[in-house]
Amino acid sequence: MVLDRWIALIFIAFCCVYGYLAYFTMDQLLPPFMQRNPVWPSTFPKVLSVLGVVVGLIVLLGLEKPSGDSEPSATDINYRRLHEYKLGQALMLLGLMVAYALALRPIGFLLATTLFLAAGSAVLGERKWHVMIPVAMIATGCVWYLVQEVLGIFLRPFPYFMGI
Amino acid sequence: MLEGIMIGLTAALSIQNLLMVIAGCLIGTFIGMLPGLGPMSIIAIMIPVAITLGDPTAALILLAGVYYGAIFGGSTSSILLNAPGVAGTVATSFDGYPMARKGQAGKALTIAAVASFAGGTIGAILLMIFAPALSSVALLFHSAEYFALMVVGLSAIAAFAGTGQVAKALMMTILGLILATVGEGALFNMPRFTLGLMDLQSGISFITLAMAMFALPEAMFLVLNPLRGANADGSGSNKITGLRFSREEAKAMAPVIGRQSIQGFFIGVLPGAGATIASFLGYAVERNIAKGEEQAEFGKGSVKGLAAPETANNAACTGSFVPLLTLGIPGSGTTAILLGALIALNVTPGPRLMTDTPEVFWAVIISMFIGNLVLLILNLPLIPYIAKILAIPRNYLIPFILFFTLMGAYIGQNNATELLILVGLGVMATILRFADYPLAPLLIGFILGTMLEDNFARSMQLYRGLDFIVERPMTLALLVLAMLLVLLPSYRARRARRRAEGVADGD
Repeated sequence: MVLDRWIALIFIAFCCVYGYLAYFTMDQLLPPFMQRNPVWPSTFPKVLSVLGVVVGLIVLLGLEKPSGDSEPSATDINYRRLHEYKLGQALMLLGLMVAYALALRPIGFLLATTLFLAAGSAVLGERKWHVMIPVAMIATGCVWYLVQEVLGIFLRPFPYFMGI
Repeated sequence: MLEGIMIGLTAALSIQNLLMVIAGCLIGTFIGMLPGLGPMSIIAIMIPVAITLGDPTAALILLAGVYYGAIFGGSTSSILLNAPGVAGTVATSFDGYPMARKGQAGKALTIAAVASFAGGTIGAILLMIFAPALSSVALLFHSAEYFALMVVGLSAIAAFAGTGQVAKALMMTILGLILATVGEGALFNMPRFTLGLMDLQSGISFITLAMAMFALPEAMFLVLNPLRGANADGSGSNKITGLRFSREEAKAMAPVIGRQSIQGFFIGVLPGAGATIASFLGYAVERNIAKGEEQAEFGKGSVKGLAAPETANNAACTGSFVPLLTLGIPGSGTTAILLGALIALNVTPGPRLMTDTPEVFWAVIISMFIGNLVLLILNLPLIPYIAKILAIPRNYLIPFILFFTLMGAYIGQNNATELLILVGLGVMATILRFADYPLAPLLIGFILGTMLEDNFARSMQLYRGLDFIVERPMTLALLVLAMLLVLLPSYRARRARRRAEGVADGD
C-alpha cells in the first residue's frame, strides 16, 4: 500500500476514536437543562466523524481516480528514497527544537536562543565558530530587545536561579 | 460627498498627520514581518500610543498606517519564507513562495505591493460610494446564511484542489475542522477533546497550526534536499533578478486586480472572516476561470495567483470598515480593536458617525488612500533589501526560520507546551506532504471551523432543528451550490475518461 492510503487508514482509525468519544462519552457529562437544546456540544463532532470516515474510505479504496502522475522535479522530495536525503540533519534539528521548547523556561530566553541558533548552524555543517556565535548572540539580543522592550511582551531573559 | 472629501483632505494632509501615516506604515511593515504578530496584535500594541495622541483623526491615521503596513509585512514573510503570519496571507504563499524560489522574489514582492495598493485603493473608493447602502445588505445575512457561506467556501477550496485530489483535500478539510473542535468552545463552555490536558483547554492556536503546516515542513524540506534551496533549475544562486514585471504580466494582472478588488470588498463587508475568506475565494475563482496553461501555472508561481489573494485581502480589509463605520459592529478582530480605540477617543461609530463627526469618518477614508500610497512609495525602494533575506547562507537561514516559527507560536501564548505541539504537528504535516496531501484546506478548515460550528449551532437553536435549511431559500441555494462544487470535478473527470475510452474503442 502506498503512503497516502496508509495515511487514509490512520485517518479513518482516528475518526473512529474521535467518533467514539463524541457518541459515547461526551453526552453523559451534559447537564439536564442543556439536553433540551436542539444542538449539543457533541453534535458537530458526531457529524464530522461520520464525514471523516466516508471521505477516508473514498481515499483508501481509491474511488477517485488520480490524474496522470507528473514527473517529480529534481527539487521535490520522493519519500521512497528518504534515506538518500539528509534525514539525520532533519531529525537532529527536530530534536533541537524539542530541546529548545523544554529549556526555554528554565534557562531563560537569551541563553536558550543563542545555543539554539549556534547549534542549528552547527548541525547543518557550519564550522566557522567565530562567525556563528557572534551572529547568534546579536540576533538573540535584537529579538529580545524588540519583543520585550519595544513590544512589551514578557520573555524571561536569564536562567531561573537568577530570579527574574 | 465632495464637501466630506475636502474635510477629510484638510484633516489628513497636515504635516503631523503625514508623519503619522509614514511612521505607522514603517512600524507596521517591520513588525508585520515577524511571523506571529499579525495586524491585530500590532494594532493592539499601538493603541496606547494612539490614545495618548488625543486627536482621534491623528490616532486613526496612525492606526490605519500600521494596519496596511502590517498586512504588507505579513505578505513578505509568506512570500520569502512560506511562513504566513496572518490567516489572510496564507493564500499569498501559494504562488508567492514558488515565485521566490524561482529567484523572482523581488518581482513577487513588487506584485504584492502593487496588488495590495490597487485592492486597498479601489476598496476605499467603493467604501465611499457604497458604505451606507451596504450596511443594510450585511444585516440580511443571518447565521444560517453564514453557515452555508462557509460550507461553500470550504467546498470551493476542496473542489479547486485539482483532479484526483478532491477527496484528499476534503479529508484535510475535515481534519482541520476536527482540530478546531479541540478546547473550550465559546457557545458551550465545555472543554472538548482536551484529553484532560490544561494546555489544550484554550484549543490549538491558529498561529501554531499555520507555522506547523507551512513553515516547518518547508524548512524540513530545505534541510532534506539542499538542491531545494537553489533555484528550480538547480543553478544555485539566490540572486534577486529584476524587480519589475513585464508589460504582458501587467496585462494579465489588470483584470484579476479589477475583479478581486470588487469581489474582495463585498466579501469583506459581511462580518466574519473577511480578509481570509476573500483571499481564498479570490484565489479559487481566478484559478477556475483561468485558461489551460495559465491554470496549470497556479501554485507554481503564477502572477495571477499572487495578485488575486493580495488584491482581495486588502480590498476586504477596507470592506470590513463598512459595518464598523456605519453600524458600529466590528466585522473582524482588527476592526474590533479599532472600535475599542475609537471609543477610548470619545468617538462612537455607528449610523450617526457620518452626521455627528464627519471629519473623523472622512479622515479615515482619506487616510486609507494616503496609507496605501505611502506604503507603495516606502516599500518599493525597500524591496531589494527585504528580498536579500533569501541571500543569507542556508546554514544561517534555516536555524533562523525555525527560530521564528518557534517564536511565532510562543509570543502569542507564552506557553512552552505550544512549542511541543508545534513540533508534533510539524512532523505530521511533513509526512502529509510526502504523501501529496494538500495542507491549505486543513488550515482553512481550522480557521473556519469555530465560526462554522457557532453559526450552525445558532441557526439550530433559532429554528429548533434543521428547518433553517428549507425555510431560508438563500441557505438552501448556497448548500446546493456547495454540493455541486464537490461533485462536479469527479463527474467531469469521469465523463472525460469515458469519452477517452470511447475514442480508444473506435467509438
